Amino acid sequence: MNSSDDEVPGDETPPLRSSDAFHEILIFGSPETRRRFLKQVAGTSVAITVGSPLSLFAQRMSETAGGSAPSSAATLPLRLKINGKDVAVEVDTRTTLLDLLREQLHLTGSKKGCDHGQCGACTVLVNGRRINSCLSLAIVHDGEEVTTIEGLANGEQLHPVQAAFVEHDGFQCGYCTPGQICSAVACIKEGHVKSDDEIREWMSGNLCRCGAYPNIVDAIKEAAAKSA
Amino acid sequence: MNPFSYTRATDPQQATQATATNASAKFLAGGTNLIDLMKMGVERPTQLVDVNRLSLAQIEELPNGCGVRIGALARNSDVAQHPLIVQRYPVLSQALLAGASPQLRNLATTGGNLLQRTRCYYFYDPAFPQCNKRNPGSGCGALNGFNRIHAILGQSEQCIATNPSDMNVALAALDAVVQVQSAKGTRSIPIADFHRLPGDTPNVDTNLQADELITAVDLPAIPFATRSHYLKVRDRASYAFALVSVAVALDVQNGRINAARVALGGVAHKPWRAQKAEAALVGKTAGEKAFRAAAETELAAAKGYKHNSFKIELAKRAMVRALSTVAQMT
Repeated sequence: MNSSDDEVPGDETPPLRSSDAFHEILIFGSPETRRRFLKQVAGTSVAITVGSPLSLFAQRMSETAGGSAPSSAATLPLRLKINGKDVAVEVDTRTTLLDLLREQLHLTGSKKGCDHGQCGACTVLVNGRRINSCLSLAIVHDGEEVTTIEGLANGEQLHPVQAAFVEHDGFQCGYCTPGQICSAVACIKEGHVKSDDEIREWMSGNLCRCGAYPNIVDAIKEAAAKSA
Repeated sequence: MNPFSYTRATDPQQATQATATNASAKFLAGGTNLIDLMKMGVERPTQLVDVNRLSLAQIEELPNGCGVRIGALARNSDVAQHPLIVQRYPVLSQALLAGASPQLRNLATTGGNLLQRTRCYYFYDPAFPQCNKRNPGSGCGALNGFNRIHAILGQSEQCIATNPSDMNVALAALDAVVQVQSAKGTRSIPIADFHRLPGDTPNVDTNLQADELITAVDLPAIPFATRSHYLKVRDRASYAFALVSVAVALDVQNGRINAARVALGGVAHKPWRAQKAEAALVGKTAGEKAFRAAAETELAAAKGYKHNSFKIELAKRAMVRALSTVAQMT
């Protein structure tokens, strides 16, 4: 169940003036500000000296983040159920499920690590199965049910896997944690928790650069035992 | 990512009409490789034809005991755990589970896995100017570059890339048949003829035509495939591509080898059916001596490069170990 009754917000970020944007990036603004800045830079790259490091940076970010859509890009209507709530949006055909969640719906719990399906930070459940949301186009999932880390808790009550990760310190920096937890929920449901080795094998799609693996295994074991 | 138009196919005929009329259209299934390559700028389709809603995900017995048909859209995770596959073709189940991660296997399809492109660094990153596969005539960056993961069998001076799939290695050992459909009709492609060696056209991975849609993969009935095994050797215990892999099925009666199926992965541009090794095994007494001799025969033509010559001995040892594992099964 979703913990919030709020409408999923649309993308109504006010435009930044470029001087504001440059200032904000220099003082390392919030993630939201950084995203807004990158969008802004991508959108105004023609104003930056061609060939300058900043224009290359802006171009690179535009490429890697999906960037601002060229006018020729197609957008299509898309309906999804996200964390129990019906959502109707217009998406650029190139939008991955991860970018839809983070950039358009502001559900920033699912993380962009590698953006190439190698780290698992973007793991979400679609129709109950775990997938890498960074390698799946949003439009493909029309009519499907998506559960993200934001949708696991029941109100203020943590999902048993979330509680177990807290109890066992299954993280350090926390960046991989939403993906680890979504993956663990599916791993337990699949029944791949009969031994430490089996848990390690079936959680191998979720990397943790902090190396919290022993605690993650302990957390999954406990959550699995409680749900059995 | 380049802009593209998106079409959702409702039946195979409609899907193949789109690819027949647009040469730069591509089918989209799981997308785990295609979307990644589109992000990298390696693949630049102008149209994606989403085939995910087609009714091609069944796994079922073929009539008259002729084997098992796997629908092209059956997800790797579903194929790996299907009772017909687990019981009759354990080598395929094991190969699928050795590949990628649970999340990727939930997306990846049978048809898509057949079409996985190489993980050669020089192909995957357009920042490298040389790649005959990505840009024909530009040269091969791997030939004199960092070629640790590259081919030792069947390669050419134009390309030493390897096929990265685990599933394909098992399919090669099992003599699978790929069923395809286009606006022109249907045809069957034996797995041995599906993937190509690089030769002078490494840009062409398979003999599938651009407008053809894979609809299914058929596994023939092979009673002794219940005694089969997939061994994968890689840089870490899980979630890594094979340096060398071996798919084996053996028919052993009273200690004597009646029939053998052996295929190698991570060593060539296509899943490498080890026919010389198979011929060397038949009639021999199952044991390390025969296994080692067969491996030596198969790898006699192998050629290594600066960083991958270790694969030659590794492939031999992996073959001996996989064959020994199957020979000891009861």
